[in-house]
Amino acid sequence: MKPNAQPDVTKAVEMRNITKTFGPVVANDRVCLTLEKGEILALLGENGSGKTTLMNMLSGIYLQDSGEILVCNRPVTIRSPKDAYALGIGMIHQHFKLVDVLTAAENIVLGLKGGHTVNRREINARVREIAGRYGFDIDPAKKIYNMSVSEKQTVEIIKALYRGADILILDEPTAVLTPQETTKLFAVLRMMKAHGKSIIIITHKLGEVMEISDRVAILRKGEYIATVRTAETTRQDLTEMMVGRRVKLEIDRPVCPRGDRKLHVTGLTCVSREGVTKLKDVALDAFGGEILGVAGVAGSGQKELCETITGLKPIQAGSILYRYTRGGATVEENIAGMSADKIAQRGISLAFVPEDRLGMGLVANMNIVDNVILRSYQENAGMLINRKKYRPVCENMIRELDIVTPGLSTPVRRLSGGNVQKVLLGREILSRPQVLICAYPVRGLDIVSSYRIYALLNAEKQKGNAVIFIGEDLDVLMDISDRILVLCGGQVSGVVDPRASTKEEIGLMMTRIGREKVGGIA
Amino acid sequence: MSYGITNILNFLNMAVLASAPLLLATLGEILTEKSGNLNLGVEGMMFMGAIASLGAAYSYEQAVTLAGGMPSPLLATLIAAGAAAAAGALGALIYAFLVVTLRANQNVTGLTLTIFGTGFANFFGELIGKQAGGFVQVSAATKAMFGNLDMGALSQIPVLGPLLFRYNWMVYFGLVAMLVMAWFLGRSRRGLNLRAVGENPATADAAGVNVARYKYMATIAGGALCGLGGMYISMSSTACAGVWVHNCVNGYGWLAVALVIFATWSPTRAWLCGLVFGGLLVVRNYYPIPGLPMQIYSMFPYIATILVLVFASIRQVKEHAQPASCGLNYFREER
Repeated sequence: MKPNAQPDVTKAVEMRNITKTFGPVVANDRVCLTLEKGEILALLGENGSGKTTLMNMLSGIYLQDSGEILVCNRPVTIRSPKDAYALGIGMIHQHFKLVDVLTAAENIVLGLKGGHTVNRREINARVREIAGRYGFDIDPAKKIYNMSVSEKQTVEIIKALYRGADILILDEPTAVLTPQETTKLFAVLRMMKAHGKSIIIITHKLGEVMEISDRVAILRKGEYIATVRTAETTRQDLTEMMVGRRVKLEIDRPVCPRGDRKLHVTGLTCVSREGVTKLKDVALDAFGGEILGVAGVAGSGQKELCETITGLKPIQAGSILYRYTRGGATVEENIAGMSADKIAQRGISLAFVPEDRLGMGLVANMNIVDNVILRSYQENAGMLINRKKYRPVCENMIRELDIVTPGLSTPVRRLSGGNVQKVLLGREILSRPQVLICAYPVRGLDIVSSYRIYALLNAEKQKGNAVIFIGEDLDVLMDISDRILVLCGGQVSGVVDPRASTKEEIGLMMTRIGREKVGGIA
Repeated sequence: MSYGITNILNFLNMAVLASAPLLLATLGEILTEKSGNLNLGVEGMMFMGAIASLGAAYSYEQAVTLAGGMPSPLLATLIAAGAAAAAGALGALIYAFLVVTLRANQNVTGLTLTIFGTGFANFFGELIGKQAGGFVQVSAATKAMFGNLDMGALSQIPVLGPLLFRYNWMVYFGLVAMLVMAWFLGRSRRGLNLRAVGENPATADAAGVNVARYKYMATIAGGALCGLGGMYISMSSTACAGVWVHNCVNGYGWLAVALVIFATWSPTRAWLCGLVFGGLLVVRNYYPIPGLPMQIYSMFPYIATILVLVFASIRQVKEHAQPASCGLNYFREER
């Protein structure tokens, strides 16, 4: 500390010309950022624009290659998270940094100095005191693995405050929250701001930027673009700065005549191996020429729903009827109890785009051609695989979907997230499905890729096929779906018309069925 | 006392004695795994501790005798214990350097350590034995130090005396080590940090815990405990009792690795489960079933190990599971 330096009271953090590279990849290229005291700054950018990397340098996870960081106008070197805490900087990571088997209180005091033993009573009292001051609701003795996502986030925020953080960084804090929880979080953030804390919130959701922030800093492809006052900008301007060109922000919902009922599910019940009821008495219908959105808090049974109606998971009760054409006649058949293999052999054209793209959807180390063959290798006659037949198909797919890849022989793991998703969706569409089930198809994708995926799904709908869209962003679901099925704790809490309902109504249905509040969502 | 009661007491006595080296090695491996390092070199570190303790005590006695003095059995014992702990710690240090600093594969490194330790101990055991003229052994006075204690009146109490107060000092040492470790992991601040390192090193790191230091410390301390377990075999066990026996550790290290799972990473349960395994190891001497070949008895602990592994993989309670990042190396800037 220099005693003669006059600290600039208005600046909490200043980052100057920060550069960080990972091997050949430049994650941040001469980025500048200023955080004023007592403000909420939104850090906006697409996936891969270097937002998290930049903040990781502020919180001591990475060390910059060049450039300098000033905290309260003093140049500092942040080599570890410990250094960051010493400077009053606390980061709430997108993937929470919490130890599952420990309690909230244990997580909060982790790594802190103090007596040899952990005095749980004293810690609990202080945690409650902080919680009271900012309006949190927390049980310090609860184990993390018993907590909902929003509770975990609360623990993370209290952890930072407990360590005396004055500068808080939140990485995509609303990605996992319901609209109600988001509102609550924003209230807490405003409260912290009123207490003089400075806050950086990383996000790519424009609505939140407009709602909560005082100023917005925009990054694009690792480069710093600009910082603007939120009050003096518009969504359209922000998008342009973020993407680098004009983008249409509305999601199309083409009007199609409703077709046949392709899928009719009733009384579907699924119990996990541990004996937990994951789905209870679920009923749904999917019609041709329609996108059925499925909304719900993470872990409300979305995964089980996908896996049961595609025959990947056994069910305990209920029926799953598919309508399809066999031998020229249209039949409706119950596939409950059939394996995915058998379902395909019946001639039911069903496609599933799973949430875990490189784990369940594609084989990361295989190239595009081999991944496409994977869907239909059984059609091959003989023992050997005829790759030649598939090459033009794949080339066509790459051209039609604008897949950016060095070539057909590149392993899919080397492609970016958006391109991986296009390969997966492209392959499933190639199988001409009558029912297409997509789990979180735009998760982690940037704006341009997301809109491309929306267009592909709309195209399937216009072909007269049924599309089931499991989503997490309620705004998107409400824009693209024809009907929305809301899941809550493994039960259907209702099916609504998005044109005739509000986000708040749907948000409320995500947390309760009828009037009764459903607890214990794992 | 009737024969039945005497037999039970003798059986329990022997079970406790047989469990002692297992307990020490199991505690060592629990500590190691709590830091996220799956060290499969327990057997090797036990071997290293076994030969180091015997060799060090023997060398000390030889040096003093040669100088015309009278070796002190107490000092010989301390030297043996120090050498055993140091040898185990050295093995663990090699492992920790490869795994934590160089981020080598944990399984391969651990297995290599086992093979290395086995060869190391047998080589030096035979070498010192040859120089000593056939086999190497410590003096009778030092052997007595590792023998059963006589606590006067306490040891004379009927039933309780033989059951509780007539063991060698290492049995009590193991018990104390177990209690200390239970307190450390359950109550202390450093213990909490260590558990976090083993569960989720990125989280511990972000919370300001020095992950590498905790991993090193726990692994080395764990190695020292394994070394002491090895010392028990070469110095205290009835099969060796201060004489080098080729291949003396003979699978005990692997039993300890299985016991860690059986005990679900808890020091107190390690003690109980160690007793069960100790009992299985000696049961044939006290409750022989007519017609059942000895070899079947020898299989008991290993059958139990297999059953334990089967049940441990079926039962999935969060608190009783392996530390989540056990077996994985941590690198902060990985992405």
